[in-house]
Amino acid sequence: MKVKVLYFASVRERIGCDTEDVELPGESTTLAALRAYLRSRGGAWADTLADERPLRAAVNQEMAAPATPVRSGDEVAFFPPVTGG
Amino acid sequence: MKIRVQREDFDPGTEIAALGRGASAGAVATFVGLVREESEGARIRTMTLEHYPGMTERAIGTIAQEACRRWRVLDLTVIHRVGELKPGDRIVLVAVASAHRGDAFAACEFIMDYLKTRAPFWKKENTALGARWVEARASDDAAAARWEEAVRKAG
Repeated sequence: MKVKVLYFASVRERIGCDTEDVELPGESTTLAALRAYLRSRGGAWADTLADERPLRAAVNQEMAAPATPVRSGDEVAFFPPVTGG
Repeated sequence: MKIRVQREDFDPGTEIAALGRGASAGAVATFVGLVREESEGARIRTMTLEHYPGMTERAIGTIAQEACRRWRVLDLTVIHRVGELKPGDRIVLVAVASAHRGDAFAACEFIMDYLKTRAPFWKKENTALGARWVEARASDDAAAARWEEAVRKAG
């Protein structure tokens, strides 16, 4: 399956890119499993997406939880807690 | 209902005048957020607001609809700026027209509290001490959580 992954703010800066297409095995997964998969690639992903970091995420532009399903073609974003307003 | 994410400044007076109020409107409550001059002792040179295009408008729309579900709102406007801002610049406007002030005040505050914790914006401050991403505050989460509490008590 293939998903589009977006990074914002400090996450984007640490990883050093704002968007990437990610190929991973299987037809569907969860947000937590996708995060673990990205982390397993090591380098900036391992550090930036580490479990202890209080990141937020969205699937198809809706705020998502670790158990939220992710399917091929979905848009997934990782970012720090929001600070607008 | 008007929701806009833009780089340009806005004029609060023009926006208030443009609200569709109808004959039953008795109140307009507004909130304008500004860039502070100082943050944790450091003078701010500029503040850059990043957002998630597409999701931002959708998230604000969801918050605005929730406000209309909870209170009697005749019309509302939310404008949030992005890009590079200077101290004193306007960041955000929330304007709510209602028949009575109670609904207008509550809906305006609710929208701001939810916007601060649910809409995908991030602030980066460029100060004399360097650039830093603003960290989310527990007090903002607490402010948004009050509305959940209010729902539970009402139910």
